[in-house]
Amino acid sequence: MSVQKIVDRCQALYDDLDFNAVKEWKAKEEGRKAIGYMPVYVPREIIHAAGMLPVGVLGGGDQLEVIHGDAYYQSYICRIPRSTIELGVTGRLDCVDGMLFPSICDVIRNLSGMWKLLFKDKYVRYFDAPQTYDDNIGGKFYKQEMQELIEGLEELGGRKITDEDLNNSIAVYNENRNVIDELYAYRSKAPWKALTSEIYLLLRAGMVLPVEEHTELLREYLSAIEKEDRPVRDNCRVVLNGTFCEQPPLGLVKSIEMAGCYIVDDDFMLVTRWLQEDVPTTGDPVQNLADAFLHQSAETAAKYVDTEEAKGNFIVDSVKKYAAEGVVFAAPSFCDPALLDQPMLHTALNNNNIPFTAFQYAENSGQMQPIREQAGTFADSIKLWSA
Amino acid sequence: MNIKDQASTVAEKEDSMWKQKEMINENYELLSTANERGQKVASTFVPGNINELLMCFDFARNFPETNALQNAMRKKSGGMIMEAEKSGHSEDVCTYVKADLGMMMKGNKGPTGLPMPDPDLLMLSYTGCFTFMKWFELVREQYPQCETAMLHVPYQADGNITKNMRDYVVKQLKEDIIPTMERVSGVKFDIDRLREYMIQSQKAEDDLVYVLQSAKNKPSPIDAYFGGVYYIGPIFTAFRGTTAATDYYATLRKEIEARVAAGLGPITPEGVMKEEKYRIVVEGPPNWTHFREFWKMFYDEGAVVVASTYTKVGGVYDNGFRHDPQNPLESLADYCLGCYTNLNLPARTDMLEKYIEDYQADGLLINSIKSCNSFSAGQLLMLREVEQRTGKPAAFIETDLVDPRYFSPANVKNRLESYFQMISQKRDRAA
Ligand code: SF4
Ligand code: SF4
Repeated sequence: MSVQKIVDRCQALYDDLDFNAVKEWKAKEEGRKAIGYMPVYVPREIIHAAGMLPVGVLGGGDQLEVIHGDAYYQSYICRIPRSTIELGVTGRLDCVDGMLFPSICDVIRNLSGMWKLLFKDKYVRYFDAPQTYDDNIGGKFYKQEMQELIEGLEELGGRKITDEDLNNSIAVYNENRNVIDELYAYRSKAPWKALTSEIYLLLRAGMVLPVEEHTELLREYLSAIEKEDRPVRDNCRVVLNGTFCEQPPLGLVKSIEMAGCYIVDDDFMLVTRWLQEDVPTTGDPVQNLADAFLHQSAETAAKYVDTEEAKGNFIVDSVKKYAAEGVVFAAPSFCDPALLDQPMLHTALNNNNIPFTAFQYAENSGQMQPIREQAGTFADSIKLWSA
Repeated sequence: MNIKDQASTVAEKEDSMWKQKEMINENYELLSTANERGQKVASTFVPGNINELLMCFDFARNFPETNALQNAMRKKSGGMIMEAEKSGHSEDVCTYVKADLGMMMKGNKGPTGLPMPDPDLLMLSYTGCFTFMKWFELVREQYPQCETAMLHVPYQADGNITKNMRDYVVKQLKEDIIPTMERVSGVKFDIDRLREYMIQSQKAEDDLVYVLQSAKNKPSPIDAYFGGVYYIGPIFTAFRGTTAATDYYATLRKEIEARVAAGLGPITPEGVMKEEKYRIVVEGPPNWTHFREFWKMFYDEGAVVVASTYTKVGGVYDNGFRHDPQNPLESLADYCLGCYTNLNLPARTDMLEKYIEDYQADGLLINSIKSCNSFSAGQLLMLREVEQRTGKPAAFIETDLVDPRYFSPANVKNRLESYFQMISQKRDRAA
């Protein structure tokens, strides 16, 4: 498949607010079930092992007209919960048989209860994750959380989930994570070829496609992009941070690129890159997933950093790893986690002489001109500074 | 005001209210000299605070949320918030955090004007609010030498406390929090000391529940929101477990018993409320920057709050929970897990519905706080549910805790007046 064809397919999946890909997958076999999950992280391996399709629910973006959702939220609450409610009450999420709400912030947390009140016939689970990382304390709690999820899905699916099922699923997701790592490495090497606006769409496709198919699609992209001839621009290299929950409009990503910045790392769809190493595929899978979560997780505002020295290291390391020249903070308006975290990341960057710029967005932001200007000025200043 | 009313106003002010004021001032004094006296200081949050445990290690206890609200009542928070915003904090985030950081930036003088101490321990009881975690990460930046202890309290997502949750909290207490407190304070943990404090807590909790439930009387002898925030002050903060708190609640209870016996309404800043026209249940924290003005909008109209959820943020005692000296660590865990904002939305909705019935209220008012996602996200659905289930009218207003920019007196007053009118009309129709 050509790059264009792959990107078009991903764009179509991205534009489809009715989750037809999920419906098609379900229709292929009697009794298939799909489980929705919100950002940032859930162990999708467990859903997969239950024979179900994990479906990333990331709000309605800038194409969904929110009519009902606004009646559920005050103006000073971010957009993603209201557009997610909109997807729910308009029946677009009827194809998901259950929803997982990870412990990312109080808005998503409370949304889990709203879902319980609004969709009484669905499986709804708030998926808590430990904020303490001792194996014997946080690890034990987290294993039990996963066990309860396993039991819940067993009941919903009417079949047992064996260790073998889980180990197989872990292997499948390891593969997916590896290809994504390759994709990120490739982009870092040739950012004029693997454009972030495309990478974003590729990752979004992974929210609705079966993981095996997604892995395949990414491989195809990697081989197709290699053959593509694209002009090298005099752009600066930046890390994009803050987009881990409510999604930036695609236009925003494109604007940053057009303004002269190559995005070489980001926090899109962290679920796909949360675990930083392969999870072992033998032994006790729940234990292995817990170990990976506790000791190999990415860092984001929703996660506690237990020492002052370590705060901000993650973003500084990412700048170094991807040879970035600066950081662009783009946070959703009213997002307490992202916005409260930022000043601390600013400190870490300042301590390392890494320049940054910051702006806010909403998933339905339309006007990109100011962002393009700000990103452009930032790119110019970096070029000037490094000249 | 008749002589009886006057006497009781004075009596209330003299006894429980003055007692409380003294306690609070004393604590600020204690805090201001703690560093030089060598007493270790712990900062911690109200919901899920483990005050009794902190006392076992002789920590002086500092509650940044209380500082922020005290500063707001003294009209100082606005400048502090601006200061934090000037230094790069977003307008969109919780103003409690900004008021606290702004206070530090402005020389770290507490609400009474005395200097605030450097903390030796940031006791991050992560209960019912995500922002707490960021808040202490931010404070930690200012005090790199100070230890931070994280007590992660899982959310009651399915409306109950599971064994896994309780075990997790107890394990953290035993294996992490207590050893950290021992290390920071140099004091060895003595579980019997904890039990002793808990005996005091229990007594105070019994009396507090009596006071809050006295609002079932008609007329209600208390206002369970505006008055209620005074009643919860000591028990939700540095004093739970002390004999001073126990004495305070015993005194308060006696006063309220006397009011019930005399058939009196609540005391307001302008004396005893005359006629009780409306009985309201309130969800959400109050606004602190215009507290008196806000309250006046109620008592001028004869509206009394008979139950509120805000008075449950530091512990839901009216459902029967008490600190249990027989099982001290388990009961600390249950306490943390049971705080109001750690309950899921269906449980919060059920609670409001029950309050409306149990307290024979005329309706529900939600004061939605811009700062607080923990409280506010989902309140509009709660409102609809409660309205549907009870058939009682509900109303929604929006303010902030400590940011004076978000209190619009005219709007709030209008909204309240039309709400009270709506209740009257509904009542007339029913009659
Ligand atoms: S955008 Fe931020 S505040 Fe909103 S739900 Fe996501 S993490 Fe929470
Ligand atoms: S978000 Fe709400 S509960 Fe949390 S610190 Fe702010 S006001 Fe308090």
